[in-house]
Amino acid sequence: MKPSMFKILIPALTLPLPAFAADLELNIEVPRINAAEYHRPYVAAWIEKADNSVASNLLVWYDVDMKNGEGTKWLKDMRQWWRRSGRTLSMPVDGVSGATRPVGQHAVAFKGGSKQLAGLAPGSYTLVVEAAREVGGREMLSIPFEWPAKAQKLSAQGKTELGKVGLVVKP
Amino acid sequence: MKTKLVLATALAALALAGSAHAHKAWLQPSQTVFSDKGSWMTVDAAVSNDLFYFNHVPLPLERLQVTAPDGSSVAPQNGATGKLRSVFDLQLQQEGTYKIAMNNEGMFASYKLGGEAKRWRGKAGEFKGAIPAGATEVNASESLGRVETFATVGKPSTGVFKTTGKGIELVPVTHPNDLFAGEAATFQLLIDGKPASGLKIEVVPGATRYRNEQAEILVTTGADGKFEVKWPQAGMYWLETASEDAKTTLPDAKQRRLSYVAVFEVLPQ
Repeated sequence: MKPSMFKILIPALTLPLPAFAADLELNIEVPRINAAEYHRPYVAAWIEKADNSVASNLLVWYDVDMKNGEGTKWLKDMRQWWRRSGRTLSMPVDGVSGATRPVGQHAVAFKGGSKQLAGLAPGSYTLVVEAAREVGGREMLSIPFEWPAKAQKLSAQGKTELGKVGLVVKP
Repeated sequence: MKTKLVLATALAALALAGSAHAHKAWLQPSQTVFSDKGSWMTVDAAVSNDLFYFNHVPLPLERLQVTAPDGSSVAPQNGATGKLRSVFDLQLQQEGTYKIAMNNEGMFASYKLGGEAKRWRGKAGEFKGAIPAGATEVNASESLGRVETFATVGKPSTGVFKTTGKGIELVPVTHPNDLFAGEAATFQLLIDGKPASGLKIEVVPGATRYRNEQAEILVTTGADGKFEVKWPQAGMYWLETASEDAKTTLPDAKQRRLSYVAVFEVLPQ
């Protein structure tokens, strides 16, 4: 819960909220991994439409503070995110980019009127969370959900580079 | 002398990359998808029986042509030719797709001298002086071969696929740096700038040393020159095709042999 995640909420409050607005809560577990050389994973979370196109980028955690933007070198390792949208973005993206996170549970909340959710038309979507770790592996989890029809509490369990990923939709 | 022999073998393989010969010419990139301008890649260039192992001869670096997304030429760095492979580095300073290519335009001939069968390969201009006066049954061919691979920084671009209208050329429908296991990719092949129908294509996944079968995928282009490949798993793939015709541009050559080779990287889902 870095200040950067809140920054985007301030202008959001000034926008008229669409009638179908719902809030979205994400809980991403970065698992403890016993590795001789451990680097915090790069993690991206986004919302996909049925045709795999990206409806919204929720977050991208990477080495944002490395000198000369060198942290972008490994963004391609989040292969599907890179392919679906990363390669067309100019990093860092305000309100989406953030620093890598340590081992533990990370809760991130998005208000219905936020930049990430404001453009989301009612319908079926998939939350995708992808993690890639330097000298480690890569894992991607998908959680289908309905927006914003009904209250939903969903989750997926990672096996390697991700722990439990939770998704709560609050109409 | 020895170097010359090795080079000749490499050139022969380059020229014949498409025919039924076992030798495979290839440019193998260290990786093909980059997120950072200024990234470095390294490329191996060799001719071998197996993919992608250094067990025959290197490809000659003199033929290397690297094209940047904006169409300019990029100078390779740290080039070296060893006994079994050539190697060079590239720094990718632009966003978009680079083409790394080795083109071969030349002639080869077979003839008899004193009852003995001889062969010659070289540039078209050297042909006259190279065939001895007493030679009989001289049969010369023009050869035009391409060996290519591609790499992309950021968003894939298509500027480097501008065709020359000469020999076999590949036109992407699916971008060659946007290939994923389990998905199908479509490409088009042209001969002299026109869709090449009925071209037989062989696609072989790398790491042949660690499996018993070649596992080649055989496809044929349709009337529009297009073909589709579904990638069974992630990895490096070698693609080749060849064609023969009589449309030679060299007066001494009776036929023309065309070949095209590309190496593609397919990523996991």
